[in-house]
Amino acid sequence: MIPPSFTYARASSVDEALGLAAEHGEDAKYLAGGHSLLPLMKLRFASPAVLIDLGRVEELSYVRDEGTHVAIGALTRHHDVQHSSVLGTDMPLLAYTAGQVGDPQIRHRGTIGGSVAHGDAASDLPASLLALDAVFVVRGASGTRTVPATEFFRGIFETALEPGELLTEIQVPKPAVPARWSFQKFTKRAIDWAIVGVAVQGNAVALVNMGSTPLRAAAVENALASGASIADAAALAAEGTSAGSDIHASKAYREHLARVLVRRALEEAAARS
Amino acid sequence: MDRYPEGEREVKVELTVNGKDITADVEDRMLLVHFLRDVADLTATNIGCETTSCGACTVLLDGESVKSCTVLAAQADGRSVTTLEGLASDNGDMHPVQKAFHTEHGLQCGYCTPGMVMAIVSLLKENPSPTEAEVRAGLEGNICRCTGYHNIVKAALTAAEAGK
Repeated sequence: MIPPSFTYARASSVDEALGLAAEHGEDAKYLAGGHSLLPLMKLRFASPAVLIDLGRVEELSYVRDEGTHVAIGALTRHHDVQHSSVLGTDMPLLAYTAGQVGDPQIRHRGTIGGSVAHGDAASDLPASLLALDAVFVVRGASGTRTVPATEFFRGIFETALEPGELLTEIQVPKPAVPARWSFQKFTKRAIDWAIVGVAVQGNAVALVNMGSTPLRAAAVENALASGASIADAAALAAEGTSAGSDIHASKAYREHLARVLVRRALEEAAARS
Repeated sequence: MDRYPEGEREVKVELTVNGKDITADVEDRMLLVHFLRDVADLTATNIGCETTSCGACTVLLDGESVKSCTVLAAQADGRSVTTLEGLASDNGDMHPVQKAFHTEHGLQCGYCTPGMVMAIVSLLKENPSPTEAEVRAGLEGNICRCTGYHNIVKAALTAAEAGK
């Protein structure tokens, strides 16, 4: 199984990557670790004419403590997010979630920015970044802009990124109580995507695979803010979601899982803090 | 066998494979596993699922385990790759992980073995004294269709012990 033909281009800097994207237009796609895009290309779900390899753009691989927030370069690999001492201390939810992506080989290649830009509702990291109120820094031909995670995910594999724009940095505000977190993921086999997943940070609750995008469980959050018990709030986990039915699970089963996993996640987060 | 019969070979790839420099002009879309098997003629690395699931094609890229069916040869340009053929020492002594697979009978049909061995070499480099649970989690990207996991895990723990 090999990808359809394309022209390979390599960028060594953000400027060079943006230049190549401008040159090749909408036929081009950025290639980070390639662990989402190359499998899609093998299945002919994507067939870009040009791949712009970002693997040598070393300026985008970092985790920096910026005081009130942590800045993570978009090309930082899952392995490096998982083992970052800054993230382990200031936002263990994110370090832990990175360690739940795929398997060790995948974490040696896949990047946090690639996972976000791919916009898959079944991915783990976007949900945790939603629960952490992350902000995404995006560069394009007309300059730099920031997009809150809550406005970034638009639909199935669809994000706020315009053609040619490049996600360069993820800024995550440090949570008030870092220890009050949980990540729950239900899978049939170790490396499968989540049938349903839940990320909790404080009273923020985000869901994996409960709609066309990763989403916040607003009904649960509102109930908690009004003083509801964990059990009563978790019972609202499927409200406002639009889970689908597929070979792995029915919609009703996903909704049940969401209620169970949200309760477990809120209980674990409360027990940790 | 030419897996890429039609495309033009426009990308120059220079790899250090098991310490030896190999240069070839390849098609842009050539996967690293095909470069290793068809260009470098190193066929220990097996092709299993080709979908990043089974781990049979695991090799080391700059010392870290990767699934070579999901890396372009062009992405590996200028880097160092180690395959199973590169583990034994020049005098033929097996690598401690290979020895442990022998003593613990860590294989049945053998198809997953090259990938398992390379995944364990990488795992022990990152975590030289893993618990059994850490070995099992560390091998979640490698599937053994004979389901011979028990002895594979024992082999990893034996190799870790031998490395102390």
